[in-house]
Amino acid sequence: MSAPVQITLSINGEPITATVAPRMMLVDFLREVAALTGTHLGCAHGVCGACTVRLDGASVRSCLMLAVQAEGTEIETIEGLADSGAEADLLDAFHRHNAVQCGYCSSGMLVSAAELLAQGGVPDRATIRDHISGNYCRCTGYQSIVDAVEEVARTRAGKAGAGA
Amino acid sequence: MKSSSFAYRRAATAEEAVALAREAGEDARFLAGGQSLLAALNFRLDEPCMLIDIGRIGALRGIRRVEGALKIGALTRHAEIAASVEIAKHLPLVAQAIHEVAHPAIRNRGTFGGSIALADAAAEMPACALALGARMHLLGPDGPRRVAADEFFLGLYETALEPGELLTHVEIPIPPAGACHGFAELARRRGDYAMAGLAMMLGPRTGAGRDWARIVFFGIADRAVRSPSAEAAIVAGAAPEECAACATDGLDVFGDMNAAESTKRHYAAVLLRRELDRISDEENRV
Amino acid sequence: MSVTTRYDRPNSYIGKSVPRPNAVRLLHGRGRYVDDKVLPRMLHAAFLRSPHAHARILRIDAAAARSMPGVVAVFDGNDIAQVMTPWVGVLTHLSGMRSPPQPALARDVARWQGEPVVMVVAHSRAAAEDALERIEVEYEPLVPVCDMQAALAPEAPRIHPELDSNLCWERKIEVGDVDAAFAAQGATVVERSFTFGRHTGVTLEPRAVIADYDPAEDRLTMHYSGQAPHMMQAVIARHLNMPEARVRVVAQDVGGSFGIKIHTYGDEMATLAASKLLRRPVKFVADRLESFQSDIHARDHRITARAAIDGEGRLTAVEIDDITGIGPYSVYPRSSGIEGNQVINLTGAPYDLPAYRARLRVVFQNKVPMCQYRAVGHPIAMAVMEGLMDEMAAASGRDPAELRRLNLRADDSYPSASPQGMRFADLSHQACLEKLLDLMDYKTLRAECDRLRQQGVYRGIGLVSMVEVTNPSPMFYGVGGAPIAAQDGASVRLDASGAVHVSNSITEQGQGTEAILAQIAAEVMGVDISTVHVVTGDTAVVPYGGGTWASRGAGIGGEAMYQAARALRQQILATAAAILQTRPEKLDLCEGQVVDADSLEPRIPLSDLARMVYYRGNELPEGLQPELIASRHFKVSDYPFVFTNGAMASYVEVDPETGMVKLLGHWVVEDVGTILNEKLVDEQIRGGVVQGIGGALFEECLYSQDGQLLNATMADYLVPMASEMLDIHIAHVVTPTRTSELGAKGAGEAGTAGAPGAVMNAVNDALRPLGAHMAQMPMTPERILRALGRV
Repeated sequence: MSAPVQITLSINGEPITATVAPRMMLVDFLREVAALTGTHLGCAHGVCGACTVRLDGASVRSCLMLAVQAEGTEIETIEGLADSGAEADLLDAFHRHNAVQCGYCSSGMLVSAAELLAQGGVPDRATIRDHISGNYCRCTGYQSIVDAVEEVARTRAGKAGAGA
Repeated sequence: MKSSSFAYRRAATAEEAVALAREAGEDARFLAGGQSLLAALNFRLDEPCMLIDIGRIGALRGIRRVEGALKIGALTRHAEIAASVEIAKHLPLVAQAIHEVAHPAIRNRGTFGGSIALADAAAEMPACALALGARMHLLGPDGPRRVAADEFFLGLYETALEPGELLTHVEIPIPPAGACHGFAELARRRGDYAMAGLAMMLGPRTGAGRDWARIVFFGIADRAVRSPSAEAAIVAGAAPEECAACATDGLDVFGDMNAAESTKRHYAAVLLRRELDRISDEENRV
Repeated sequence: MSVTTRYDRPNSYIGKSVPRPNAVRLLHGRGRYVDDKVLPRMLHAAFLRSPHAHARILRIDAAAARSMPGVVAVFDGNDIAQVMTPWVGVLTHLSGMRSPPQPALARDVARWQGEPVVMVVAHSRAAAEDALERIEVEYEPLVPVCDMQAALAPEAPRIHPELDSNLCWERKIEVGDVDAAFAAQGATVVERSFTFGRHTGVTLEPRAVIADYDPAEDRLTMHYSGQAPHMMQAVIARHLNMPEARVRVVAQDVGGSFGIKIHTYGDEMATLAASKLLRRPVKFVADRLESFQSDIHARDHRITARAAIDGEGRLTAVEIDDITGIGPYSVYPRSSGIEGNQVINLTGAPYDLPAYRARLRVVFQNKVPMCQYRAVGHPIAMAVMEGLMDEMAAASGRDPAELRRLNLRADDSYPSASPQGMRFADLSHQACLEKLLDLMDYKTLRAECDRLRQQGVYRGIGLVSMVEVTNPSPMFYGVGGAPIAAQDGASVRLDASGAVHVSNSITEQGQGTEAILAQIAAEVMGVDISTVHVVTGDTAVVPYGGGTWASRGAGIGGEAMYQAARALRQQILATAAAILQTRPEKLDLCEGQVVDADSLEPRIPLSDLARMVYYRGNELPEGLQPELIASRHFKVSDYPFVFTNGAMASYVEVDPETGMVKLLGHWVVEDVGTILNEKLVDEQIRGGVVQGIGGALFEECLYSQDGQLLNATMADYLVPMASEMLDIHIAHVVTPTRTSELGAKGAGEAGTAGAPGAVMNAVNDALRPLGAHMAQMPMTPERILRALGRV
């Protein structure tokens, strides 16, 4: 009854085809089948945000999706975000502000932050806190993360303004 | 924490989904956004034999204007509700409440219909549907039918949906001119299920009172519940404190880990009084 | 301090906010956490845990589970006990403490809901979980003993029948004439009863282990998400009856620890035993439900305390009675007595206090074991004392800041000691308080509170003066017989390319350990920090030492690093002097070169020097050793602990209709001695404060009467998230400790130690005009409404 299912999807721009059990969570597929261990499993019930990845451009919890549901989608993980260089300024700001301690929340946190920044403008600190309110960080107390996101928003807005 | 094994089928149409469900029997589940179902599966709180993935049925997605109402496809995602110009224009109650639903990544994936069909007692969307007098469009083995929100929410995670029946659309009448809404909730943290919440629609003013009122509390009972006493008091033009005083009269209120029954009754009253005060202030200012 | 006068030189890193070199790969998703590792032939473990808080295990039937697809083995407590001895979590210097032997998996009796009972090892975690569902265990439920006060009643059922009661340990302190002080004419006496709920660490990365036993070499490697590799090595060797040298513990990236990952856990130990039995690697990663049911819990105190000031406002006496519940076993090897011991040792520590009486009772109960978690005992001691200070201020009509001013130990009074025998040196309570009041603009804020109260807005300010135990000596654990090193070791070597390789026994949990080691080594060696390569966390590689606990990394491991780098520096200068035919004192190290000490003119690059030593030893003068390596270890000698001190303030608004608390401001002034990296210190404080706020307002392990943990999910157990938290303002007073050359004290726990008391005092300040008072943490909206009589 629970026959494996063949799926094909794109992860970080690379196509992948695999046969998976229907019950396999997307996060386990990414970590164990695609060997992309930058995405972390923190709670498996959608609360902590550690497993957040980008699916067809939007942030999603990869513990609340089955791998089979990802058929035909385009997924970006932290490895893709980092390698593409598209969020290099954000990664750099996280580093300079020490918005990372143990690093376990970072991949999910960065995906969420990048989603907010993609909306453009300079969100105020409460808006930043609101957007990452589903991403748990036990180490930093969040302030340095808010600092990093705010700085990138300002810099990007400045550049956008200068280019216009 | 890995779910137990199940079979997986993807349905291309609502009819196919219903047929698959009939074939698979009572232990099959429809999988929409999965934001609640998959958490329950991961905890093995539910061990279905089959998931019928309805997530790609295009006909069940989107918001359409129909005669005097908005018809929301069950698979319309919370994020799409939040971004919808139509919703913002015609259903400001939903537009306000949707931002209190969990967190961005959950809203990107979770569906409006999924939230209604799950009928969590503390969820915002069932409360809004009830306050707005929504009509649920269901499709079962015997064909389609419609159920009014007042007859839809029956108990703890219990709805009028029969086994194998699928919620396809939610039709929400556009409130008449002169109506206004109120919404407030008390949650320990942003995005948490509320300790107590209020979603309400007030009809046009008639003297001191209102033409009608639909006052819905969530997070305090086994489901989103209307308060007949508060509605009567508001229609009769009672002062906000008086309306609040009878907010939970006659309602079966249940405590939880965050708030005992008495606290929930207190919260319901506070939320109602504050929202009535706010509306009254705003209307007086105009 | 010579180290702080070299700021303007190239390669001066000590004291600068250098970004962590090892954080980049974490941000790029290139971390290596335990669960990221996959070993050949690796199996996966899952545990069947007791559904009862207290029950006799009558029968285990695992036949069906054994025949499930993918299952390799099923072990119960008796199976594991064949290769693993039980452990006893007592320390001999906590005299009279007792705790029965604890097995890896429960045998005969399960003593908390969540205690591991049966282990399944299978080809995947999912298959192992499938098999768990097919195991039948027949239990005879026993009466659960959950309430710690009731547990002490003579008629209470005994959790361990071999003991005459459920008391694990009792300690009393009495110094000075306490009764006379309370009875004195003109004294203001306040008494309060406090309740501190249980909470837990909720590391985002759950506990995880891979046990890899290689029978060919009789060698066991543990891939460990934890804080103290050498301690684990000793524990594993002892209880698996293996030579220590055949056990290797490797900790790479750790996803947060906070004291959760420094204890002996039955499930992890059983995983090690299973690997030995099955002769192949076994992985166990706790899921979130298991984390709540098996990670150590923390706090859980009921306290009655009173204090007195005389007519002038001077503290005359403090008395405290603390009863704390620790679950069914004292946790091995650190014991569960330290938390309560810290409470009675530290209460009143910031103040001149002539008389003190304390009683501590540590009690067994059928709940998850309780043990040391970030700030061990401090949050309780500070919240109790600072709560009493505010109550005495109110009762005597004094400003809370003024009462503290009157009673704080004077900055020129050190060394000094408390009635409990805590010895203090190099502290700055007065300077910290003044700086805090200035930073927060105390007077303006006070006026704002008063003004808003007239408008029905209830805001409050809470102050805390505090100490933190850091840099412990062997008097903490080693003296009590535990295999826990209080010293740490550092090794540093120059390779043939001129790069610097350092290793150290302190470990990286994300706090920036490797960054400060690199900073210290780079500065002393006069090289760019990018040429320093740091290794920590592997017992096969690093010097022997204690690891991460009790805020000791910078102060002890950092000092060892400093001394080792100095030794290598001397070695290099001596070698260079011999080659260059000059005297070592005429030379210095700068920008990767041996330079002239006065002119800084380059004489020979380190790389050339290294190549000459390693490749062309024939060119070296007679008698010069061909080595460029040094190791040093360091322990604190003159004091049992190096205390830090600080002052903290919280500003809140309470909605008296809903009981909701909104955090409006939080300020910290902390004296951590020499600051090696201010950014990292501040981030330790901020993260610590937020963890403290968690305990004050949100976090609690809720139990039913019969010992069922009711909120073992992250949806129900409320950790602090970004929206409710706030920006935290930090300033420093710098008083280096004289116990080391660097002068660094610890910084890891102060935030958590002080924040709960500050928030509680702020809430009480807001509630005071309404006649309400909170003395229970977490201060939930409902509890506040109850205090107000609204529900």
